[in-house]
Amino acid sequence: MSIIVNGSPVQAPEDSRVSLLDLLRERLHLSGVKKGCNQGACGACTVLVDGERILSCLALAVQYEGRSITSIEGLSREGELHALQRAFIEHDGFQCGYCTPGQICSAIGMSAELDRGVPSYVTADLASEHIQASRDELTERMSGNLCRCGAYNGIVEAIQETCTGGAR
Amino acid sequence: MSVIKSAAQALMKKAVEHAPDAWLPGGEADPLIARRHGLIGAPLSRLDGPLKVQGKAPYAADFPMPGLAYAALVYSTIPKGRITSLDTASAEAASGVILVMTYRNAPRLNPTPLFMTKGKAVGGDDLPVMQDDRIHWNGEPIALVLAETQEQADYAKSLIRATYEAESAVTSFAAAKAHGTKPGVFHGEPLKLEIGDAEAALCAAPHKVDAIYRTPRHNHNPIELHGVTLAWTGEELSIHDASQAVAHMAWSIAEIFGIKEEQVHVTSPFVGGGFGSKTLWRHHILAAAASKLTGRPVRLVLSREGVYRTVGGRTCTEQRVAIGAQADGRFDALIHTGTVAMSPHNNMPEPFILPARSAYAARSFKLDVETATIDMLANTFMRAPGESVGTFGLESAIDELAYELGMDPVELRLRNEPERDPTTGLPFSARHIVEAYRAGAERFGWNRRSPQPGSQRDGEWWVGVGCATATYPYYRMPGGAARLTLRKDGHVTVEIAAHEMGMGTATAQTQVTAERLGLPLEQVHFLHGDSRFPGLVLAGGSQQSASIGSSVRAAERELVKELLKLVSSESPLHGLHADEVEGRERGLCKIGDPARRESYVSILAHAGREELKIEASAPPPLETQHWSMHSHGALFCEIRVNAITGEPRVGRFLGSFDCGRILNAKTAASQLRGGIIMGLGLALMEETQFDERNGRIMNPSLAEYHVPVHQDVPEIEILYTDIPDPRAPAGARGLGEIGITGVGAAVANAVYHATGRRIRDLPITLDKLL
Repeated sequence: MSIIVNGSPVQAPEDSRVSLLDLLRERLHLSGVKKGCNQGACGACTVLVDGERILSCLALAVQYEGRSITSIEGLSREGELHALQRAFIEHDGFQCGYCTPGQICSAIGMSAELDRGVPSYVTADLASEHIQASRDELTERMSGNLCRCGAYNGIVEAIQETCTGGAR
Repeated sequence: MSVIKSAAQALMKKAVEHAPDAWLPGGEADPLIARRHGLIGAPLSRLDGPLKVQGKAPYAADFPMPGLAYAALVYSTIPKGRITSLDTASAEAASGVILVMTYRNAPRLNPTPLFMTKGKAVGGDDLPVMQDDRIHWNGEPIALVLAETQEQADYAKSLIRATYEAESAVTSFAAAKAHGTKPGVFHGEPLKLEIGDAEAALCAAPHKVDAIYRTPRHNHNPIELHGVTLAWTGEELSIHDASQAVAHMAWSIAEIFGIKEEQVHVTSPFVGGGFGSKTLWRHHILAAAASKLTGRPVRLVLSREGVYRTVGGRTCTEQRVAIGAQADGRFDALIHTGTVAMSPHNNMPEPFILPARSAYAARSFKLDVETATIDMLANTFMRAPGESVGTFGLESAIDELAYELGMDPVELRLRNEPERDPTTGLPFSARHIVEAYRAGAERFGWNRRSPQPGSQRDGEWWVGVGCATATYPYYRMPGGAARLTLRKDGHVTVEIAAHEMGMGTATAQTQVTAERLGLPLEQVHFLHGDSRFPGLVLAGGSQQSASIGSSVRAAERELVKELLKLVSSESPLHGLHADEVEGRERGLCKIGDPARRESYVSILAHAGREELKIEASAPPPLETQHWSMHSHGALFCEIRVNAITGEPRVGRFLGSFDCGRILNAKTAASQLRGGIIMGLGLALMEETQFDERNGRIMNPSLAEYHVPVHQDVPEIEILYTDIPDPRAPAGARGLGEIGITGVGAAVANAVYHATGRRIRDLPITLDKLL
């Protein structure tokens, strides 16, 4: 069985110590996925696995056989930027750009969590199926993605513009 | 420095101070300042935005190379002494290992050029790099493992065993101070200044404050780990680096390996944050040495722990601030003295007195930074070195004085607004802090504040507001130069060894250059991040914009002269002097007479030229010796402190800045917000915990060194005066550092207003508020 990366099958590495992050970066040269700490503390390596966000530095590649991985490279279709990517540019949701792929992948995963009614620490009504994508909800849910340049205001504006949350 | 040399320098300084304005850079204002409605200041989105949001911007560790080998480092576990045994046999036998490098087999290297000892020196320390068995700090690299994969290198390094003969080391601040302190010297000048008898004036003053403020060690923590991908080709070394000093790097590395500067090629098109840390450290040298020994291209990316062990951070400070004042608030005495920790092998005495040198008028001054020597990793520059922590002491003390006097802290600051620079006597190039304070106070609603501490409660939260002044100088360092290439299709390429670490350099400088040349944005191509480009342009001291602006202006003037030599006798420009001509509408025209114009395309076509290439150097930065040039900001913070848990949360923050002209309203606001956010970290959570028993950093990770996250950051409002500085290129002073300054005090002052608790020891964590 192989791992599906951005729609294409790839062989799992023979060395079982290889993290999903290092598979993507060093073997598949998908260098849009970033390493910021290699210990799950910064969020720069966030990718989507079957639509859910994970920290690829804490994932062993061999565990993902049969799963579908989407990295930042898989988001834009035929050169057309994803709406969230466009919003990041418009709202200046980055400076150095290093944490940006992780922020974007994380925000897409987070948006799906809101849509599914998954509550967070700040959700007042845990039973509610429709969680409003308030600023507080977004910042709480995005707090695993560090940005040392401090582009947080722009990132939140970009997400607010494109993520409707549970308001469907 | 010899007596004669220092006397000559003093004479030169005096001459520059008294020279007529017109003789100096900035003496005649940059003509761009008069252009108010063009590209400059437009809130343009970043030109590199599409690359960055797609993950296509290449950083140092992203470059593939055929046959790449991966490195990992082993660090010492004692602060001082020597290695008595180093067992590398198991590591050498481990699968995939190509090399284990220690002091026993590392190539012989020249000393590392220490920052500020020579023009292009950029090393964090000048210690030998793996040349002998000596250990100088806890965490010094003692071995490098090179293997076919990162996994193999990481495993093999875990097999290396070292024993040591420890020597007695100084690892506590108290012990270091007890050994005696030395005067701090910064940029060749002692960090010491006395005007009048400040201690006597303090004693005699009817109102006074006198307190000790402490700030801990900090680490920069850019999210991009420090790393290099490099390879030798014969005696030539190519380095993909994360660098805020590519030209400095090429020279310094060449010195270490005993080759020519031209034989080292450093590229760094994108840097994932730097904040002062992306200079020359151990990993560069060790990776190049390992590559030289094996003939293999090497990637060495430090682990996050490795960054803490081998890349210096900001040191700790202990500051006394004492202010004596009259009943009307005017300062009789301003005293800012204290001690910082420094290693024996570097020269960066965190210059926390810099704000007090120019921010306020006072009848007497006493400013002094002393250093205490600790056996530790060399401390270094971190965002607004000096000002970031110095403003915490100074601006907290002013707030304390305002309460002592029963005055509004904004009014107290404005009461002490100086006419000229209070310690040099130089005239200000431009100073509009009063406007910044008025605008900020009105927008924030400062006047609605009730002065009484602990007077506002919202449920279980105490609420308070505080203000503070931000301040940072305008710098422009020597060595700026740029190359302009005008092609026959009317496009211009700018090449300069400058850097993009998130400041939006390429975007803002494309705007400025396009405006200067009279070209649309899409016809200007700004190239940077390559040591083979002209210019010595450190991305530091908030000086990049000034350095680039001045260099491109010089090159543009030369380009105009060359173009005027090319025009035919029928050209409307024929016979004009360069001073009579400016760039407009894709060509040159006579100033004040746009009808006399010829396009760049036409001039080159008539002359039969494919392109015109011009390289020019910026004039020496004498403007800073003739005028006192500073940016300022008025900061306002609303804090909420939980009455039960002591947890502090920032509710609102506003910064109103006077930074000269804004080059790009969108990226400028982001840069200032970013500085403020790092300032919120400094105020509330950041601390590099240093084990004073053995000199080891205890929290070398992003899990344990807390930086602000999304949930810690409110919407931050930014205002600017946008008043050009007539002495600065394009009227702009830099924005990189000023955002972080003053924030610690604005937060601490708000905490006092909320709770009545005065915290003089950063960070303001909840245990201090219980």
